[in-house]
This record gives sequence, structure tokens and C-alpha cells, in this order.
Amino acid sequence: MKRKSISYAKWGYIFLIPFFVVYVIFSLVPLVQTFYYSFIDYTVSQGQAQSVRQATDVASNVIDNGFCGLANYKEVIVGDTPIFLSSLKNTMILWIIGFIPQIAVSLLLAVWFTDIRLKLKATGFFKTVIYLPNVIMASAFSLLFYNIFTRSGPFDSLFNMQILETASGSRVVVGLINFIMWYGNTTILLMASIMGIDTSLYESAQIDGANPTQTFWSITIPLIKPIFAYVVVTSMIGGLQMYDVPYLVGGTGGGPKTVLLTLVFQIQKGKNSNVSLVAALSVLIFIVSAILGFITLKIMKDDSVKTRYGKKKKKKA
Amino acid sequence: MARIEGVAGQTDDRTRLTIRRVIAYTVLILFTVISLLPFYLLIINATRGKVQTGLQLVPSGNLGVNFKYLLGDTFKENYGNFFRSFFNSIIISASVTVLCVYFSALTAYAIHVYDFRLKKAAHTFILIVMMVPGQASAIGFYRMLKGMTIFGNNGLLDSYIPLIIPAIAAPGVYFFMIQYMSSSLPLEIVEAARIDGCGEFRTFNSIVLPVLKPAFAVQGIFCFVGAWNNLFMPQMLLDSPEKKTIPLILQIMRANINSNPSASDAGAMNLYMVLAILPVIVVYLILSKYIIRGIALGAVKG
Repeated sequence: MKRKSISYAKWGYIFLIPFFVVYVIFSLVPLVQTFYYSFIDYTVSQGQAQSVRQATDVASNVIDNGFCGLANYKEVIVGDTPIFLSSLKNTMILWIIGFIPQIAVSLLLAVWFTDIRLKLKATGFFKTVIYLPNVIMASAFSLLFYNIFTRSGPFDSLFNMQILETASGSRVVVGLINFIMWYGNTTILLMASIMGIDTSLYESAQIDGANPTQTFWSITIPLIKPIFAYVVVTSMIGGLQMYDVPYLVGGTGGGPKTVLLTLVFQIQKGKNSNVSLVAALSVLIFIVSAILGFITLKIMKDDSVKTRYGKKKKKKA
Repeated sequence: MARIEGVAGQTDDRTRLTIRRVIAYTVLILFTVISLLPFYLLIINATRGKVQTGLQLVPSGNLGVNFKYLLGDTFKENYGNFFRSFFNSIIISASVTVLCVYFSALTAYAIHVYDFRLKKAAHTFILIVMMVPGQASAIGFYRMLKGMTIFGNNGLLDSYIPLIIPAIAAPGVYFFMIQYMSSSLPLEIVEAARIDGCGEFRTFNSIVLPVLKPAFAVQGIFCFVGAWNNLFMPQMLLDSPEKKTIPLILQIMRANINSNPSASDAGAMNLYMVLAILPVIVVYLILSKYIIRGIALGAVKG
């Protein structure tokens, strides 16, 4: 009955055409070009430093000295303009400041939401509220926080502190915004994973007299390890792309002592000037996220993807 | 470990549970306040005057004045056209949403329903590129568009095409769709349609699409919100003031505060922000149940 007299295979290919054509034109070719620029000495000179938001129709001179090997990479890592190393450091610090409270709070809330003895009410309401900041325009959110913490803003007039004018202060503000925007998302991911744990494990632990702390460390944590790793790695990939929040908090200058100048910020900044340096930086971002992405795929393989194909094979047999 | 069970032990247990509950609710309420306070402040600030110093927790009466200012010529000169920026954002986000969900579903359908040699390779390829952030190829993208001089002096820059068309290839949405299909799209439907003489393309459009409606709702919201909130790409590509989207106007506001610290348009700016996030909040609150379910679905299955 399953034998097909007509082959439908060609339709599979036809339906894949739009995706692959668009992907090749708008992602793959640009990626190859990015690699290409990273190996040549290519600079656009505008006569003066370009602001990020300036129009580009100023007459520009292209300096193209051709292939230069790994010189661009050397320059962005250990050279006079180590934009990769400095902005990677900035990005990682901002990510960590936001992520540590985020994972701690999310774990706590996820455990409470799923606790069979605690039986919290109105969890639907709480979930809706804590996820809300995630759908909000990061630019608007950041601008609001900028207004709150800026000189003579509400925070300054209450505590007499201009925290956006210090390096650590502005980092904390960006971390705080990232925390508020993302802890709801993490909570929901962790909750879904905890709810997948067999409740009989918790019941037997309870009968054996384990207290909530013991069940948390000996049952919950070991069993949610895969999703925990997934959350950490995907959050890191997201962190590498951090741009809106530090940009709107720090402005075009990247905050005090340029501590808010993230990796992606450099791309925006150098798109019309240090093209090949920015390209080298992009390739390095690509490599780092490829490694992180590979780890994510490894984690995911354990569940969804493999079972899907496993099922398929069984059906055919 | 042996535990002494008795009336005393039970009440002890119960009080401990009550204490835990009280702590849990207190913390939850605290986080509710943390999550909602920014919006509250934003709304309050939208009703306040041109110069805002200090914290205020009750609304003032300047909402009407701010509205007038927002629609007026001074605002247009300083930041951009209010209606135009909303119109631009809606056009881009709506087109992105439609293309993204439709073509992601089509791609997932191709791999879910048909059997062909490169099926698994295509699936693996899409999963791999899902992990590559778009920003990594942004500089090549920018230079490529700038170099397309057949479209004009500045190439394809300052156009909506490179902001909209790439939505056709959205690996993340594809991944969600294929997971959804493997749980909710029985192949029998497709086979029944074939027996009835329905063409392959028509089967997808008129029989499969309705089945996918819930997935469309969830992913549609995510696509829309993503495009609505996007700052990086529009900032990179758009130059003309009349083409700017909402986040770009916010960025101009931010730049103006910087050059003019005694910002005198605070009320109108906050009102603009409220209006920018309001549509998303309304849709989110209506569909929050499905959205929250969708977040976990898109990730590792727990």
C-alpha cells in the first residue's frame, strides 16, 4: 500500500528552492565575502572619522592593497587596534553580569513553579508577567533605563549617583536590562524541562525524608543538565550578538571608556571605514558561534532531532 | 533516615510549607514589580512635561500636550515623522512575518512529507546555519548591497528589499515548524488529498496550511516582534530620514539627548516609546498562553 507509483521526490526539491536560493544570495554569499575581505587589505577612507549614523554618500576613497594573509587577524587580536579582543572582553563581561543573576533567579522560580507540594496559584499570571519584558523593543527599554540612570535622572536625584558615567556602573545597568529582559524566557525553558521529570522521583524522595534542597541538588539538577547546558550555550550565542542595549545606554561612543563597545557594535562602526578589520572580527565571531552552535546541536541531538528520525526509520521498516 | 511521625511532626511540616509558600509569593510579587515597573514609569513619564527631573509615581496632565507635540513639526524636524516611522515599521514587520512563516512552513513541509536523497543533508544544513548569527556576515552583506550599483548609486542600500526578502530563509522558524509537523501533521492527510487528485502545491496551500494555524500564530508573533524591534540591520542599511523605522527614531532621540543633555522633549519621547511598544504588549497579552507554550517548544524538548 505504501508503494508509490509516482515519485514525489521532485516536489521536495521544488519546495526547498525558495529557502536555499534566498539563503545563498542573502547569507552565504555575504559570508563568503566577509571571509574574502578579512584576507585583503581594504580600507575606505572618508577623510574623517565616520559616525555610526552618518549618511554614506560622501565621496570615499577605497584603499585596496590586495591579499595580506592573516595580517587583519593579527591586527584585531594583538595589533595596535585590537578591536576583537577588547570588544570580546566587553561583550563577555556584559553577558556574565546579566547571565549569573538570570540563571540563579530562573532556576529558583522554575523550581517553585513546578513544586508539587508548594502548589503555587496564579502561575499563569506570573509567567506572563515575567516574560513580558522579552517582547518589548530593546531600544525603548534601554532608552527608558538610560533616562532613569542618567545625570539628574530619577536615580541620580534620589541617591546622588551618576552611575552611567562610570565604567562599572554602565556595565551593571546593561547587565540589569539584559537580566530583566531574559530571565522570564530562561525560567520558562527550565520549567518545561523540570516538568518533564517523572513526578514519582520527587514523591519517593519525599517519602524518604529528603528536604527541598536535597531534592533540588540530587534530582532536579542532574536531570535538567541537558537543557541547562542548552540555556547557557544559546544565551552565549545571543550574548555575542548584543547590540541594542549597550548602544542605546552608551551612545555612539560606547559609554565611558568604551566599555559598552561590543563585537557587533564594531561591525556597525567600521562598515564604511575599516572594512577588512571588521571582516576579520566577523570571521572570528563566526568561528566562536560555530563552536557554540556545534555544542548546542550536540545537546539537541540527544532529544528532538534523533527521535524524529528514529521514528521515521521504524515506520519504514 | 528514620523520622518520627506524629501530630507534632505533621504540624511542623505544615508550618514549614506555609513559610516556604510565603517566601515564594513574596519573591514572585517582587519580580512582578521589577518586570512591570519599567512600563509603569514609561507610562507615567509619557504624561509628564518637557523637562523631567526626579522620580514621579503619579500621572501628570501633559498627555494631550505631548501628543500634540509628537504630531507637530518640531518633532518631525528633530527626530522624524511620527506616522511615517510607524507606517515603515508596520510594512517591514508585516512583510517579514508573512514571508517568514509561509516559506518556513513550505521548507519544513518539503522535508517532512517528501522522501528524497538530499533530505537529511538539507535538514542538517539548515540546523547548522541556524547557529550562525546574521551579524557574522553583516559586513559582507553591507558591502555586497553597496556594490550592487545596477540598482542605483548606493546599490541596494537604503531599500527595504534586503530587510524583507531574507526572511524567506529563517532556519529557527523552520526548526519550530518541522517539530510542530512531526507532532501534528499526519501524512495521511496528504495522501488522502493526493487520492482525491489534489496537486502538491494546492495540498500545501489549502489543506496543510489550516492545520498549521496554531504554529503560524506563535511563530508569526515572534517574527513580527523580532522585525518590529530590530535595530541593527535597519540602522546598517537605511539612510533616508523618511525610510527610518521606530527603533531608528529612538536611536536619534538617544543621540539628541547626548548632544543636548537638558533634554527638553522628554514627555513626547516617552509617549513615542509607549506607542512603540503598545501594539506588541496588546497582542502579547491576548496570545500569551500560546506564546509561552511556544517558547519551550522551539527549544530542546523537555
